[in-house]
Amino acid sequence: MSWEVVIGLEIHAQLTTNTKIFSGSSIAYGAQPNTQACSIDLGMPGMLPVLNEAVIGKSIRLALALNAEIGKKSVFERKNYFYPDLPKGYQTSQLQYPIVGKGTLEIEVDGVKKIIGVTRAHLEEDAGKSVHGILPGMSGIDLNRAGTPLLEIVSEPDMRSAKEAVAYARKMHELVQYLGICDGNMQEGSFRVDSNVSVRRPGAPLGTRTELKNINSFRFIEKAIEFEIARQIEVLESGGKIVQETRLYDADNDVTRSMRSKEEANDYRYFPCPDLLPVVITDEDIEAVRAQMPELPDAKRARYVAEFGLSDYDAGVLTGSRELAEYFEAVLAATGGKDAKVCANWIMSDLSGALNRAGLSISQSPISAQHLAGMIARIQDNTISGKLAKQVFDAMWSGEGSADDIIASKGLKQITDSGAIEALVEEVLANNPAQVEAYKAGQEKMLGYFVGQIMKASGGQANPGQVNQILKAKLGG
Amino acid sequence: MSLGKTEVEYISRLAAIAVQDGEVDEVAAKLSNILDLFAQMEAADTQGVEPMAHPLDQVQRLRRDVISETDQHEKLQSVAPATSEGLYLVPQVIE
Amino acid sequence: MHNLTIKQMSEKLHAGEITSVQLTQHYLDRIAKYDGELNAYVTVTPELAMEMAKQADERLQNGTAELLTGIPVAHKDIFCTDGVKTSCSSKMLDNFIAPYDAHVVTQLKKVGMPILGKTNMDEFAMGSSSESSYYGPTRNPWDHQAVPGGSSGGAAAVIAAGLAPMATGTDTGGSIRQPAAFCGITGIKPTYGTVSRFGIVAYASSFDQAGPMTRSAEEAAWLLNAMAGFDERDSTSLQRDGADYAAELNQPLNGLKVGVPAEYFGEGLDPQVEKVVRDAIAEIQKQGAEIVEVSLPNKDLAVPSYYVLAPAEASSNLSRFDGVRFGHRCEKPKDLQDLYTRSRAEGFGAEVKRRIMVGAYALSAGFYDAYYLKAQKLRRMVRDDFTRAFEQCDVIMGPVAPTPAFNIGEKTDDPTSMYLADLYTIPVNLAGLPGLSVPAGFVNNRPVGLHIVGPYFSEAKLLNIAHQYQQATDWHKQMPAQYQ
Repeated sequence: MSWEVVIGLEIHAQLTTNTKIFSGSSIAYGAQPNTQACSIDLGMPGMLPVLNEAVIGKSIRLALALNAEIGKKSVFERKNYFYPDLPKGYQTSQLQYPIVGKGTLEIEVDGVKKIIGVTRAHLEEDAGKSVHGILPGMSGIDLNRAGTPLLEIVSEPDMRSAKEAVAYARKMHELVQYLGICDGNMQEGSFRVDSNVSVRRPGAPLGTRTELKNINSFRFIEKAIEFEIARQIEVLESGGKIVQETRLYDADNDVTRSMRSKEEANDYRYFPCPDLLPVVITDEDIEAVRAQMPELPDAKRARYVAEFGLSDYDAGVLTGSRELAEYFEAVLAATGGKDAKVCANWIMSDLSGALNRAGLSISQSPISAQHLAGMIARIQDNTISGKLAKQVFDAMWSGEGSADDIIASKGLKQITDSGAIEALVEEVLANNPAQVEAYKAGQEKMLGYFVGQIMKASGGQANPGQVNQILKAKLGG
Repeated sequence: MSLGKTEVEYISRLAAIAVQDGEVDEVAAKLSNILDLFAQMEAADTQGVEPMAHPLDQVQRLRRDVISETDQHEKLQSVAPATSEGLYLVPQVIE
Repeated sequence: MHNLTIKQMSEKLHAGEITSVQLTQHYLDRIAKYDGELNAYVTVTPELAMEMAKQADERLQNGTAELLTGIPVAHKDIFCTDGVKTSCSSKMLDNFIAPYDAHVVTQLKKVGMPILGKTNMDEFAMGSSSESSYYGPTRNPWDHQAVPGGSSGGAAAVIAAGLAPMATGTDTGGSIRQPAAFCGITGIKPTYGTVSRFGIVAYASSFDQAGPMTRSAEEAAWLLNAMAGFDERDSTSLQRDGADYAAELNQPLNGLKVGVPAEYFGEGLDPQVEKVVRDAIAEIQKQGAEIVEVSLPNKDLAVPSYYVLAPAEASSNLSRFDGVRFGHRCEKPKDLQDLYTRSRAEGFGAEVKRRIMVGAYALSAGFYDAYYLKAQKLRRMVRDDFTRAFEQCDVIMGPVAPTPAFNIGEKTDDPTSMYLADLYTIPVNLAGLPGLSVPAGFVNNRPVGLHIVGPYFSEAKLLNIAHQYQQATDWHKQMPAQYQ
């Protein structure tokens, strides 16, 4: 009998605000320990929280993107437990009345589309970090991260494979970045995915789940889930039981391991935070955010196909990130919007290749959208050939200025004067009498040889179309 | 309602307050007295009454997202029991 | 000088007849002389006081002084005071030098009121007698055998004994009004949200409210004017622009409707206290007020409701005292759990531990609905009682406490008997209403207070009634003989 896999994800997305959710401390990553932890973040006696307005608009954005219910009245509650990275002894979170309610996200795996339910998304504060190895037997506590705003996005247990889980996680990752609510940096922990995995016989009730935490790449999430599925099936088939626990993924050995299991389940004693009042969102608030919503990836992809005639594949690549799509649209607009395919090709092949080799993101590209568009315009008006354009591209990459500057300074302008080309053709034919004879005897492939020689003689600058035309005329005459 | 040793141990763990073996009986007795006081609530008919978390029917005020705090860690850590290199020290956290 | 009213002091300061330095020194001398026996101060701050007095004198000379500039003040040791030990009368914070000022402290510094020191209290404001202080009990200036009440017992005692002209207190379940009654002074707990809680070490956040403790209602109005005001750092702080709590002091009481709830004069009320309270109400009636019978049927549910909700909030509020960033830390913790459980067991006193534990229990799985949620529903029922009563009357009057001050040690072994004595003050905190205690007489040489409760934002009215009462009586002017 087969097994059915059931996966639900809890995603913690740090919100891209300037300050913490309840204090005016910076949330910038990488500061010296505790230099961005004010008396409120530290939970000093008598300190009180005041909610950052920026988290509300960002939550509404997510809700609109997921077609989710918006909590018109959401309530902060305290989740009580003791841990050194939790300065107040409770985490301020939302339980009964979250800011974002039920919604959906569509994913695609191997060409098959599927709707995944989003249960809720709630606002909460991040914890600090423990640092080890400062003094023997001691841990150091850095509370800079404490109070960083998080949206915890909880899915329904709707995913049936590791691939679906990763497709959902990637889609959410893309979405929060498009929405401008999270920078998506998984290495810095801005986007964290916890997976709840269980297996069951088809039709049976849900099996006992385990939770996989602290995995900071999609590839490892997939491998960890795959391992965990296999492990659970093996345990069950050998007559064992799954223990509800948190497991960590060991990437070096590609296995999951149990965290030290706690003796008893936690009793978090949630109750409404008496220092904070209910958060009320009005219809006007929602409409104001709606008016500012960016175009979402799915809509953008559809438009690229319909409006620009791009293939599904090209549209998918170009909308892979909001920055890339914006770059593409800027290039296209600056070239008059005519040749989407040409713009797309330059970005997807030459530019993406160069960026990959240099390990840069599109926002760090040495070639601005304006410069790339300037070069494409010179191809379109026949100033340069596609071949010369590669030289211009390389020069722009090295920071030598705009396409026009480079064409002028390197003398890369295409030769289109037919008199000059004719002279070149005649010279090459005169120097290669044997090959002319061969051509005339029927060896038509000699044509390519002549073109090569003529282009070489012109330093690559002769217009290839004109060369062909004049050459054929001379040989035929 | 009368609490036993098990309950006192459970509460002690929730509250993170050590209760010595010799104290258990007294703690249990006094907490039980308080729970007897709580039991007076049982008889009250609260059907249809909304719980009241707060005396005022106000809504949360929002703060502008502007950095207003500066680095005060030296002053704030002057009252800390144990620090090193800007970090608060605790016995080794096992993860 | 300590026999002067604040008005007289202020006039003399402004006229240059006395200086703030002289006045402050006078109080510091009295503290040195008398506080050994009273134990009303946890910390005395002579250097800070004199430095602030000098600055106040400059303002008095250059014409930038306000009504209260140069008048010294004593802060309850629950208000964080930058550079000064702020202990909450707990071993847990015995070593805590606050690195910031509470909003109230900032406000009174702006006015230029020299800080004499920090007053003793029940540990973390949990108590009604000031006996649970780590620094030992404060004695009632009227009778050293008696408690001063609590939790703001130190504050009440320093006003009664003339060891400070004005003091700040906080009231979570009666902690301003009950000690004010026990020590024969005037104290008002304003509407929840009137005074910022920023920098006040939290006991129960949805109840805690600070207020003035003074000799007279007029003085309370002035100090409240200085303490109150919107503070963006407290999410529950109210914007009450232009509020002047002294504005109505001189209104006559003609036509005032005074509600007297039968439930406040029932079983358990000391008959002699009842007589004092009824006499006081009769005096107000004599001034033109009309007496109306009202009912607060859910009064008896208030005490259990409060003793679920306040400890529940406290159990969470006091989790931050974990021996990591401030406060007491046990010696040589063997692991993290030991650090927490031992630091907290050593740092907190018995009553605080009890409330944390009972609060954690009330929120724990399986009990939340029966205790916490039920108590929240009762809280609304108690509030609704008041709402209905105030449809029939302008204010409600009754006793502050069922007895005069009890003896030190009398109730320490039976916490619940102490809880039950809060039955008249607690409903006011559950509802978040303003309430005031005004001296109304004595029983066996121990003071008794009249409790006046009004609708939300009726502080000016409550102070008006108390002030008019004090125009006709002199209970508030009396001082224990040995401190005159």
